[in-house]
Amino acid sequence: MFETSLIWNDLWFMIQGAGTSLAITFWAVLGGTVLGIALGLARSVAPWWINAPLGAVLDVLRSVPLLIQFVLANSLKSIVGISWSPFLIACAVLALYTAAYCTEIVRGGILAVPKTTRRAARSLGMSYRQDMVEVVFPIALRVALPNWIGLTLGVMKDTSLVLWIGIIELLRSSQIVITRTQEPLLVLMIVGAFYFLMSFPIARLGARLEKRWREND
Amino acid sequence: MIEIRDVHKSFGQLEVVKGVSMSVAKGEVVSVIGGSGSGKSTLLMCINGLEPIQKGNIHVDGIDVHARGTDLNKLRRRIGIVFQQWNAFPHLSVIENVMLAPRKVLGLKRSEAEAIAEQRLKHVGLGEKLKVYPSQLSGGQQQRMAIARALAMSPDYMLFDEVTSALDPQLVGEVLETMRMLSSEGMTMIVVTHEIAFAREVSNRVAFFHSGRIREIGPPEQVIGSPQQAETITFLQSVL
Ligand SMILES: Nc1ncnc2c1ncn2[C@@H]1O[C@H](COP(=O)(O)OP(=O)(O)O)[C@@H](O)[C@H]1O
Ligand SMILES: [Mg+2]
Repeated sequence: MFETSLIWNDLWFMIQGAGTSLAITFWAVLGGTVLGIALGLARSVAPWWINAPLGAVLDVLRSVPLLIQFVLANSLKSIVGISWSPFLIACAVLALYTAAYCTEIVRGGILAVPKTTRRAARSLGMSYRQDMVEVVFPIALRVALPNWIGLTLGVMKDTSLVLWIGIIELLRSSQIVITRTQEPLLVLMIVGAFYFLMSFPIARLGARLEKRWREND
Repeated sequence: MIEIRDVHKSFGQLEVVKGVSMSVAKGEVVSVIGGSGSGKSTLLMCINGLEPIQKGNIHVDGIDVHARGTDLNKLRRRIGIVFQQWNAFPHLSVIENVMLAPRKVLGLKRSEAEAIAEQRLKHVGLGEKLKVYPSQLSGGQQQRMAIARALAMSPDYMLFDEVTSALDPQLVGEVLETMRMLSSEGMTMIVVTHEIAFAREVSNRVAFFHSGRIREIGPPEQVIGSPQQAETITFLQSVL
């Protein structure tokens, strides 16, 4: 009924590509989130003479297209003489890019906590630290989480750009398979399904948490 | 005893408290009335050290609030304050809101804090709302929760900053009733309010603030009943 030259080997090849995409996403989101939390915290308390230059650097990271950042970093590495693999470069560049966005998400969450709420915490005798840990972070988390989920899903799709520095991730692996089988429609549908399967759990997790918190509001 | 001596407080160039002196004895209820922007809220925040002062001093039970070595976090355990804006911790249930400071600041066990919180919430009439989240409370209930939250620290003093100003008129009564109850229990209170009738009823003394100074202070029959200063008369006419 349905003729295809697609073989198990092709599928396995694409699964490996998906694994690479996931691995890059994982490290980029992990690194970017840790760095983003640190920088976001710093930005929410730092004086302007730290905030202004830091903000400018992050602006650059957010506004220069990711593709250019990948290619630049990959070529710079040979000039500077670091012997990082393209995979490492991809993770590092994407982590910085993620951090640039995550910083603003974290900062926005913290600044969304009303001053009056924090004043109430301090007036009960809570220290600055206790106010942060018990009041500011939990409220900020609720504000930041939907944005963070969106960022993570975006980063997962952005991993497809690393094919330009010679990494065989999901999209690149599918292109290779297409070249062989000449069945772009079927292969691309499979790729789409893969991306969906990778994104869905994260989107679900976000929706679940949001729902649980909304029930309290 | 709270002793305020010649306190001056500025925000940048703007001096908003210009040499205020008054004292509040144990068990006394002092109401502070006056126009908006006259420095009433600022003075309250100076009393528990939320705001620094530029001149003068404030002593609470002999402790100089703004002295270098003063442990403000410790001092604030004894001074409860409730603000005009409702500021529940939205991520915590009502009872958790009240338990938080006793647990974290006083280091009480969960069960101990729970017992205190439940007792205080029942006291302000929220015994049915323990597990509810603040967003499901009316403004009046939120303010009573804020009062219970402050009371859970077993403070010696309670400061109220226009706690009914942001409420719908029909919710004002329940909050005033709670404050009336506290005063009848002998709580020492400074009450900033626009509810003149309430101030007259519960206060031992009333202070009228005008542009950063106390223009008139004395028993309510005097300051509200037969004010001597032109500004006091004008103000009372505008709010009555
Ligand atoms: N954090 C602040 N920074 C600058 N100015 C302030 C601040 N808080 C209050 N003020 C100013 O101080 C004055 C007194 O304010 P406030 O104490 O809130 O008056 P009241 O409570 O009597 O209405 C006002 O002019 C107000 O604008
Ligand atoms: Mg005020």
